[in-house]
Amino acid sequence: MSHAEAWLKEPWSDSQRERDAAKFGIWVFLASEMLFFGALLLTYTVCRIEDPHAFALAGRETNVWFGTVNTAVLLTSSLTMAVASQAANLDDAPRRLIGLCLAATALLGVAFLVIKGFEYKEDIEKHLVPGPSFPLAARASQIFFALYWILTVVHAVHLTIGIGLVSRLSGSILLGRLTPYRHPQIEVTALYWHLVDVIWIILYPLIYLPGRSL
Amino acid sequence: MNESRRTSAAAHLWRCNGLIWLALLALLLTSFGTAYIPLGGWTTLIGIAIAFVKAGLVAVLFMELSRSRALIRLAGAAGLTFLFVLFGLVTAEVLMRLSGR
Repeated sequence: MSHAEAWLKEPWSDSQRERDAAKFGIWVFLASEMLFFGALLLTYTVCRIEDPHAFALAGRETNVWFGTVNTAVLLTSSLTMAVASQAANLDDAPRRLIGLCLAATALLGVAFLVIKGFEYKEDIEKHLVPGPSFPLAARASQIFFALYWILTVVHAVHLTIGIGLVSRLSGSILLGRLTPYRHPQIEVTALYWHLVDVIWIILYPLIYLPGRSL
Repeated sequence: MNESRRTSAAAHLWRCNGLIWLALLALLLTSFGTAYIPLGGWTTLIGIAIAFVKAGLVAVLFMELSRSRALIRLAGAAGLTFLFVLFGLVTAEVLMRLSGR
C-alpha cells in the first residue's frame, strides 16, 4: 500500500480526487469566513466614515507595539506553516521537519494569544471597554473599542481552533500515527491557518495605526 | 545520497518561503513607519494598501493560489467578489447620504 492510499477514505476512488475535494471544500469555507469578517469590517468602515476623527483618537489609545509584535509573530507562524505544508508534498516527505514546523506554528499561535492577553490586561486597566467609565468623550470612540473587542476576540477564537488543529496534527506526525506525504489534512489546516493570518494582516492598520500622525 | 537530496529540498523550501517572510516583515515595518507621517487621508489609504499587498503575498504564495487549479481560484475569487459588492454598495450609500448633509 502506498503512502497516499494509507489515508484514502470513502467515498474517494483515488487520493488525488480526495485532495482536490478537501482543498475545494476548505476554500468554500474560507470564502464564507471572508464574508463573515467582511460584515464586521464593513460596520467598522461605515462608522469610521461617519466620524473619522473619533476613530483616529480611539486608535491612538491602542498599544501599537503589542499589535506590531503580534503581527510579526503571526507572519512567522505562516512561514513555518508554509514550510510544513510544502514539505509534505516532497517525494520523501521529511516527517521530523513537518512535525517540528507544525509544533513551531502552534507555539507561535500560543505566543500571539499570550501577548494579546497582556494587551487586554492593559486595555482593561485603561478602562478602554465601552461603558460608563470609558475615558474618551466622543461616542464613536466607544464604537471603535466595541468593534476592537469583537474583532480581536472573534479572531482569537479562530486562532485557538487553529492551534488545536495544528497541535493535533503535529503530535500525530511526530508520534508516527499519520503519514504526512501529500496528506489532505496538512494542506487544509495550513489554508485555514493562513486565512487567520490574512484577517489579522487586514485588522492591523485598522486597529493600531489610526491617529498615529496626529 | 537520499539524505543529501532531502536536506537540499528542505533548504530550498526555507530559502523561498524565507524571502516571502522577509518581504512581509519589511512591509509590516513600512506600514508602521508611514503611520507616523502626517499625510492626511493618505496615511490610512497607504496602511490599507500595504495590508492588501501583504494579504496578497500570503494568499498567492503561502496559500499557493499561484499553483492551484482554476476551480480553487474561482472559490477564492467568489468570496472576494461578494465582499467587494457588499462594500461597494454600502459605502456608496453612506458616502452619498453624508455628502447630502
